[in-house]
Amino acid sequence: MPATSTSSLPWRRFGSGILPWLLPLLILAAWEYSARSGLLSTRVLPEPWAVAKAAWHLVQTGELWANLKVSAGRAFAGLAIGGGLGLLLGLLTGLFVPAQVALDSTLQMLRNIPPLAMIPLVILWFGIDEGAKLFLVALGVFFPLYLNTFHGIRTVDRNLIEMARSYGLSGWRLYRDVILPGALPSILVGLRFSLGLMWVLLIVAETISSSSGIGYMTMNAREFLQTDVVLVGILLYALLGKLADVAAKGLERLCLRWHPSYQ
Amino acid sequence: MSAAARTGLPRETAPSGLGQPQPVAETTAPTPQRGGLAVSIRGLEKHYGERQVLRGLSLDIVRGSFVAIVGRSGCGKSTLLRIVAGLEQADGGKLNIGAARCACEERPDIRLMFQDARLLPWKNVIDNVRLGLPRSALPAARDALREVGLEDRAKDWPAALSGGQRQRVALARALVHRPQLLLLDEPLGALDALTRIEMHALIERLWREQGFTALLVTHDVQEAVALADRVVVIEDGAIGLDQAVGVARPRSRGSQEFAALEDRVLTRVLQQHADEPAAAGSPAEQIDALRMTSVRWVI
Repeated sequence: MPATSTSSLPWRRFGSGILPWLLPLLILAAWEYSARSGLLSTRVLPEPWAVAKAAWHLVQTGELWANLKVSAGRAFAGLAIGGGLGLLLGLLTGLFVPAQVALDSTLQMLRNIPPLAMIPLVILWFGIDEGAKLFLVALGVFFPLYLNTFHGIRTVDRNLIEMARSYGLSGWRLYRDVILPGALPSILVGLRFSLGLMWVLLIVAETISSSSGIGYMTMNAREFLQTDVVLVGILLYALLGKLADVAAKGLERLCLRWHPSYQ
Repeated sequence: MSAAARTGLPRETAPSGLGQPQPVAETTAPTPQRGGLAVSIRGLEKHYGERQVLRGLSLDIVRGSFVAIVGRSGCGKSTLLRIVAGLEQADGGKLNIGAARCACEERPDIRLMFQDARLLPWKNVIDNVRLGLPRSALPAARDALREVGLEDRAKDWPAALSGGQRQRVALARALVHRPQLLLLDEPLGALDALTRIEMHALIERLWREQGFTALLVTHDVQEAVALADRVVVIEDGAIGLDQAVGVARPRSRGSQEFAALEDRVLTRVLQQHADEPAAAGSPAEQIDALRMTSVRWVI
């Protein structure tokens, strides 16, 4: 026992590096065991090894890559359209009071409609085209970015603005040096919300109807009872969501270096 | 003493002429900007809704002098400073700064230091100092930072600085514009006592070297007496006491002359709300009396 106190630091580092992975590995092992021993039907859940093999097969045929490209393209196009509009409108209503008076209450009203409730209407409008998916994703990511941009600009410290004005900053320089950087933390929070919603909406849109993309791949596999391919699709979504979150965090770390919580 | 204070309204001229308040020309080479701006305030009025904050306040500040304005919270001292800084408009009266008639914004020769440092947290120290200036002002910003002893922190974020360091950066940011009138709005109110004394010495030195006019608003009477040529007490929106401080610099807080002046100003500040009783009491007694009355107000 007393010996552990001297070597506790490397042990603790080892522990904190390994420990979080222990539970997933155990689950994986239990899963593999129950699938092989026949406790779990391969129809319900194929063994992890089979999922890995299916993934490798999809990679080799190029199917995975093609579908991934289509899905990511849709997601980011939707984000660019909806998020860009949200950012622009948020800046507009945040910076100019007349714009706020004219637009904000309408947007706040629309915000309360869940994007998924629009699906029947979206299908009527766009059919089952690319347009439907883009619209759904764009609609979903619009509001988090809009609201957080607006809120961020409105909550920039008045004292800092007063100080900057008294030091001769006005117009564009005031926006660039004070108002936008002050609103940035809030805007980035909006972006992270948007990224989360982006995948959810894309999955729903692709599952309803499509002829390409990860959603199509999984729905197609379901038809042929290829549970392993379905699982590959689900894991891909998880991976993409995680990647987007890591990217957003990295962006925050980069843009908010000055923030006390990143030092 | 208090009777003298009451009748002390007309300015008592100090032996050291207020026109040249710096008995210092000794060491440093005279800077070209020596002189600063004179300020003349006549019958200034300001109200917020029903509440009148300034009632016909008049004050003349000689160029290059250091004037401290003391008063209780809500007496209108900060409002006066904000009007001089051009952050607020007066409702009546006249304000002349130097030759100009207004204290509009965008006057690089007038700079204000706030109670909180108000540094932009997303700019590093040196960029905060050169706020509003072109890139070519970088050397000047570095010089200003050196003046306040923080040249080695130029690349740090403001969040990494202590409260006193932040105020020093704010001071450098004001001084890099070479102001002719520096307005200080309780800039040291949030600092601890030791840091405050260091900052007093720093502000006094920079004022002596650069020769700007300084107008300090504070509720710390000792700070006022330590720094200023003249201490003005504001009561209910008008000047209650105008006290010249003739103590030679550098000032020692322990000297009898200093203590007497501090006591006199403090007595006056405390007096105004303590109704009748403690006219001749010591400041300590008056603080007690004040506590009791203020407690009553709170209830």
